[in-house]
Amino acid sequence: MLGKTAGGLYWMFRFLERAENTARLVEAGFRIALTRSQDSSTEWESVVTTAGVCDPFRKKHEGFTASDVIDFLLRDKDNASSVYSVTKSARDNARLVRTALTAEVWTAVNDNWMTIQELLKKPIKETDLPRVLDVIRQQSALVRGALHGTMLRNDIYDFARIGTFIERADNTARIIDVKYYTLLPSNSFVGSSLDNVQWETILRSVSAHRAFRWLDEEEMTASSVARFLILDRRLPRSLVFSMATTLENLNYLVDEYGTRHACHDHAEQMLKNLRERDITSIFDEGLHEFITGFINDNNALGLLIERDYKFYG
Amino acid sequence: MTFRRFLPVLIAEPVESVNFSIMNTKPDHFDEMRVGDTEVRPPYASYKTWFDDQEPGRLARKSKEAEAFFRRTGITFNVYGQVAAEERLIPFDLVPRIIASREWTKLSKGIEQRVRAINAFLHDIYNRQEILRAGRIPIDLIAKNAAFLPQMMGFSPPGGVYTHIVGTDIVRTGEDDFFVLEDNARTPSGVSYMLENRETMLQMFPELFSRIKVQPVSDYPKNLRRSLAACAPKSCNGKPVIAVLTPGIFNSAYYEHSFLADQMGAELVEGHDLRVVDGHIAMRTTQGYKQIDVLYRRVDDEYLDPLTFNPNSMLGVPGIMDVYRAGNITIANAPGTGVADDKAIYSYMPDIVEFYTGEKAILKNVETFRCGEPDSLKYVLDNLADLVVKEVHGSGGYGMLVGPAASKKELSDFADKLSARPGNYIAQPTLSLSTVPIMVKKGLAPRHVDLRPYVLVSPDGINITPGGLTRVALTEGSLVVNSSQGGGTKDTWVLED
Repeated sequence: MLGKTAGGLYWMFRFLERAENTARLVEAGFRIALTRSQDSSTEWESVVTTAGVCDPFRKKHEGFTASDVIDFLLRDKDNASSVYSVTKSARDNARLVRTALTAEVWTAVNDNWMTIQELLKKPIKETDLPRVLDVIRQQSALVRGALHGTMLRNDIYDFARIGTFIERADNTARIIDVKYYTLLPSNSFVGSSLDNVQWETILRSVSAHRAFRWLDEEEMTASSVARFLILDRRLPRSLVFSMATTLENLNYLVDEYGTRHACHDHAEQMLKNLRERDITSIFDEGLHEFITGFINDNNALGLLIERDYKFYG
Repeated sequence: MTFRRFLPVLIAEPVESVNFSIMNTKPDHFDEMRVGDTEVRPPYASYKTWFDDQEPGRLARKSKEAEAFFRRTGITFNVYGQVAAEERLIPFDLVPRIIASREWTKLSKGIEQRVRAINAFLHDIYNRQEILRAGRIPIDLIAKNAAFLPQMMGFSPPGGVYTHIVGTDIVRTGEDDFFVLEDNARTPSGVSYMLENRETMLQMFPELFSRIKVQPVSDYPKNLRRSLAACAPKSCNGKPVIAVLTPGIFNSAYYEHSFLADQMGAELVEGHDLRVVDGHIAMRTTQGYKQIDVLYRRVDDEYLDPLTFNPNSMLGVPGIMDVYRAGNITIANAPGTGVADDKAIYSYMPDIVEFYTGEKAILKNVETFRCGEPDSLKYVLDNLADLVVKEVHGSGGYGMLVGPAASKKELSDFADKLSARPGNYIAQPTLSLSTVPIMVKKGLAPRHVDLRPYVLVSPDGINITPGGLTRVALTEGSLVVNSSQGGGTKDTWVLED
């Protein structure tokens, strides 16, 4: 496979994953704004920070109002990470690697772009927001379904999966990073309604609020929520799940190509760091430090993969 | 409201040139379906019977179904000069253009003869130049031609093939009157429309194809692959590795490039994926550099090698011409083939065919006046209002005069330009182009068409796909079939015997 094609697949699926994550973040923010009586601009600010677009947002807007944030994260063409922009980037990358995709996957991505374009043509009214976010999530489910249902399990599939899970790990880590102070046991008053709302929001932004109740017999506490998001192997958006899947697909590439690279050692070390920890030791080390370290390691992994598989010249 | 009549299928790209040379001035043009008001020409007989049986609403519904299908498939072409390169669709008309087997046999013999002559001509021009020594064409025509590449002198491309892929543009004016309008010997485009148009028809009207036996076109990608592989350089041991070189996703024909690569099972590469490794061209893969044997390039000569041609080109591969001349890569089409298809050479094609094949040309040329010759210039100036005048090296309809459509002022302005640099122009009479019906709200209505068959050349022989791309001018009376100017396309059927 061409290095450029591997890179195109990797980015195509990073962008698709980002669109879905951004839609979830907006949904969680919207929900907290609806359920709280006081000013919600702090919540919207943390949504923008989690999306990693605080600087470009501030350049355009004064305060963090619901309508500005929603517009910026969903529709704004000047925001390279808006749902509109990443959906377009995903499709551009799909065109670049079209010969590597089945007709079903290509059609799903193309459909996705046409639907999102139409959906985000005009500013989104608050009454329409739930429907719009629903469509965005459904569309990415369709692309993922086409990928799983029709693609050969070869290097093409591996690069698609690696892109998906590197992006997902980054997203979950950033959600924790922005809200880490609400997860610190020292700051929390067990059972206080403020913390419950915060934890619920965090869980909602990874679509795990229901799963938490089903799977976790513990009381909802700061450390149980943190443990769930970081260390639970059953949660498909936890850091450990994302890392394990990334490594699994990197290892398939070793099987297929017969060559091991620096990225494999690096990913193995990252997974070990997660698997050999419990939440207490992470809190002892410092949640913020731990998460910052993870985000940096994850970025470094992306760069190693780029280099080892010759995405660019 | 006319646009609703046609199925806006998207198409790979606008085919290069605009056929302004064809102006219908007579109402009695040749219609390929009907003779008079009632009689149907034999090739269309079965189709017309089927068509008349159709419930009127059904075809309209089929159009809509297909439109949705095509939009999703994303067969688009890009339009240049837009900030965000816009992807557009090209209209596709449901009524096929039908050619009888006997007509096609004659046509394809003529095309084969012409393509054979073009390859012999290119070999001669870049080697002994016998045709110049014999005085059959003027030396200046070659020496002053920007498409002539001195780097090709004394070199024989692998397999002796210069034009691996040719698209010969043909127009018809009567029952037995076919003319070659242009020989596209560089990187002819549009073949993906030919294939997608047939796929569309098969999906929409399967029953038609069980009723009427049509020669298939679907072997084209397989034949293209085989033909390119047969031209692999001697240095290639084993199965040749083929790649398609595209300028990238913003090129107007990108869809076609990815389509052909996909259909051939070849890699789709850009210049920055390639480099010279150990005297060969190699592509950067996830496992390091891998050698390529045959490069089907959809990048113009000028951009192919910044070390040899345009130094600012980012689309090509530095050093590829050295690898080529060392015999370690096949480039299809060969660099420098443009010297055989420009408008000045065109007027000599009958002589060229005779010189290299010893036979009279089977297909006619459109009569062409070389304004550089004093007698011709006088004739052209006297009859400017009836002629089409083109720049010798121009393309895409720029710098062209369409006499019958021009105002008095335009005519006199053009006469001045023409007198100042007569050698820069050729002139042709206007032809009465044939028509084929398209579907409009009220039924069938005749529109003017041309035809581009696709020809593959390899050391094993010449292969012409039965049919080709029919372009149709969708506006009543119009002769402009170009997709960027409101033209559409049709499926082209060559009937089985």
